[in-house]
Amino acid sequence: MLSRTADHLFWMARYMERAENTARMLDVGYRMSLMPQTATEVEQNWVGLLRIMSLEEQYRATCGEVDGDKVIRFMIFDPENPSSIRNCLRAARENAHAVRDTLTAELWETTNATWIKVRGLTPEILDDRGVGEFFEWVKYRSHLSRGVTIGTMLQDDSWRFIRLGTFLERADNTARILDVKYQVLVSEDGGEAADYYRWSALLHSVSAFEVYRKVYRDLISPVRVADLLILNQDMPRSLARCMREVYANLQVVANDRSGETMRRAGELEASLRFGRIDHLLDQGLHSFLDRFMDRIYDLGNRISDDFLIPLRAS
Amino acid sequence: MAITDFFDEMQGGGGLVRPHYADVSRWLDGMSSERMARKRAEANALFHRFGITFAVYGEDSGTERLIPFDIIPRIITAEEWRTLEAGLRQRVMALNAFIRDIYHERSILKEGRIPEQDVLGNAQYRKEMVGVQVVHDVYAHIAGVDIVRAGEGEFYVLEDNLRVPSGVSYMLEDRRMMMRLFPELFASNRVAPVDHYPNLLLETMRSVAPAGQDNPTVVVMTPGAYNSAYFEHAFLAQQMGVELVEGQDLFVRDETVYMRTTQGPKRVDVIYRRIDDDFLDPLVFRKDSMLGVPGLLQAYRAGKVTLANAVGGGLADDKSIYPYVPEMVRFYLGEEPILNNVPTYRCSDPKQLSHVLANLPELVVKEVHGAGGYGMLVGPTASKEEIEKFRARVKENPDKYIAQPTLSLSACPTFVESGVAPRHIDLRPFVLSGKEVCMVPGGLTRVALREGSLVVNSSQGGGTKDTWVLEA
Repeated sequence: MLSRTADHLFWMARYMERAENTARMLDVGYRMSLMPQTATEVEQNWVGLLRIMSLEEQYRATCGEVDGDKVIRFMIFDPENPSSIRNCLRAARENAHAVRDTLTAELWETTNATWIKVRGLTPEILDDRGVGEFFEWVKYRSHLSRGVTIGTMLQDDSWRFIRLGTFLERADNTARILDVKYQVLVSEDGGEAADYYRWSALLHSVSAFEVYRKVYRDLISPVRVADLLILNQDMPRSLARCMREVYANLQVVANDRSGETMRRAGELEASLRFGRIDHLLDQGLHSFLDRFMDRIYDLGNRISDDFLIPLRAS
Repeated sequence: MAITDFFDEMQGGGGLVRPHYADVSRWLDGMSSERMARKRAEANALFHRFGITFAVYGEDSGTERLIPFDIIPRIITAEEWRTLEAGLRQRVMALNAFIRDIYHERSILKEGRIPEQDVLGNAQYRKEMVGVQVVHDVYAHIAGVDIVRAGEGEFYVLEDNLRVPSGVSYMLEDRRMMMRLFPELFASNRVAPVDHYPNLLLETMRSVAPAGQDNPTVVVMTPGAYNSAYFEHAFLAQQMGVELVEGQDLFVRDETVYMRTTQGPKRVDVIYRRIDDDFLDPLVFRKDSMLGVPGLLQAYRAGKVTLANAVGGGLADDKSIYPYVPEMVRFYLGEEPILNNVPTYRCSDPKQLSHVLANLPELVVKEVHGAGGYGMLVGPTASKEEIEKFRARVKENPDKYIAQPTLSLSACPTFVESGVAPRHIDLRPFVLSGKEVCMVPGGLTRVALREGSLVVNSSQGGGTKDTWVLEA
């Protein structure tokens, strides 16, 4: 397939996944902000979220003080914020538009309809309908486009570059969600009840609450939350699962330049497959996640160089 | 002044419904305007959802509009189509022969049938094409010929579009839409199918591959997602199952064209290009073109790749060449033209110019190099001021204009604000030339939605209709 086509498909999937995960991240931030706590704690929550997205500076320049409502609006609608949900959905649609000949009619229509809907929304919708409903809608549209992809697209290389984009982005996003919340959660002592609600909010944000119950049949403990979201192979949003998908898809699309990229992806995948949570926590979760995100970033660049950026005529 | 004396496609003399419209007329009578409006809204919503839109130049970038779709079909009888098809085949064959002649022997000029300077001085003439052999001597692989009806069996060609004619995707989508909205109509009328057009197009493209390429790779080349006809480019690539490429996806090595794929370079044999000559190759044509492929023309001239349509074919669809097309039919085919040409006055000729200036209110005046309905005057519907403004422009630059008598275009019932009323229409059939000449029955019918208007172009607010050719 054309390199440019693969590039658009890869980014179409990444932006759709990013929109979903941004909604998830904001959702957990919003839920946590509703719990009894001091104003400073609330603010710290939001600052942490902006930091993990590397958007604190830009936010302060546009919106001034950190305030929950403003952060949510900035992250949903702000036209200057490249990671705003609106911009992600627009970018997903623009990428789909550029390769609509390779998409099934259903997939194109789904992506286009999502953008047409969000294009017409204004921040007032949040006062009217509540932010929760909006986040649910974003997740639903992302589920829909993923389902339509799986249910209608030929499973050839186009499909694999879509899947690569989805899982690479998700690996990054799950790591971010964990990183921003985990630190706050283990350092604060809000009593057992408060802890319970916070950890369950985190699990809810990655649709893992029921999964946790099923897997551990036990109280929520930070170590197990980390174990579930990092190492559990069966958990569709865990780092281990995402990397397994990335590696598997890379193996199929491999070309004569992609050997080193494959090796790095395989190395990272193996470290999660054979990793132990106590070893990870010993080296510090934050530094582990930090390095993980760097390696995801490196893989993204390498995939671009090997497959997506038009190879120079030589 | 509006044109009141026109041929009505549905109603004949005395208000009698023509036989081929009988079923549709009954169907129309039985439909409330509420239902009609509801169906039209449904069609618009579907077109939007499918993204069947065109970008409008001169508005905010990324602005996309629907071409209004009218739910009342335009119907052509089997007999009329037989004549049209024979006429189109003849005309396109003559045009291809003419282009070939100009880039080789130039016998038509040597025999003085067409003034040499009208051809060789033409902006669309490409000296780079002189002596170049193209496969099967075909230059205009895809021709969109604009035809209007003035009376019973009386068809005129307005324009031969031989560069990158567009609209065929609307022909196909309009049919799909009609079948979705009103399936019952297709049970009671024997409508000739058109949906095999992409197959014919692919076959045509494969038939003109460079010699020796037994399993040729065909691609569609687009200027990009922001081009006004991008939907159509993507649609055709998808329907043919071939790659949609941009200039940046291609490169030339050893006079061979390759596309960049995730598995490395892959050879390309036939390029259905939807990009003008000027932008094809920055080494030869416009240096600032970011859309083209350096070295493409060299590969083309070496016969390693086929471009469809060929470079330099625009020569034959220029309005200054148009008056000579009937002569080409006689010269190359030894036949009398089946389709009429509209009598055309060339303002470059002083005698014809003075006739034009004296009769502006009755004439249609067009820019020789204009397209898309921009920069034209329709005398009978224009105001005094508009006529005077045009008079000044023509006087200043007579070479830039031609004029034709105003044809009373036929009209077809159309669903507009005031209900169902006749509106003027034209027809653009698409003629494919490769090893063989072929076409699907029908074409794109465009309709001028404003009452009395004769300008059907979508850029000027025209709409489209499903076009039926009835099977005998």
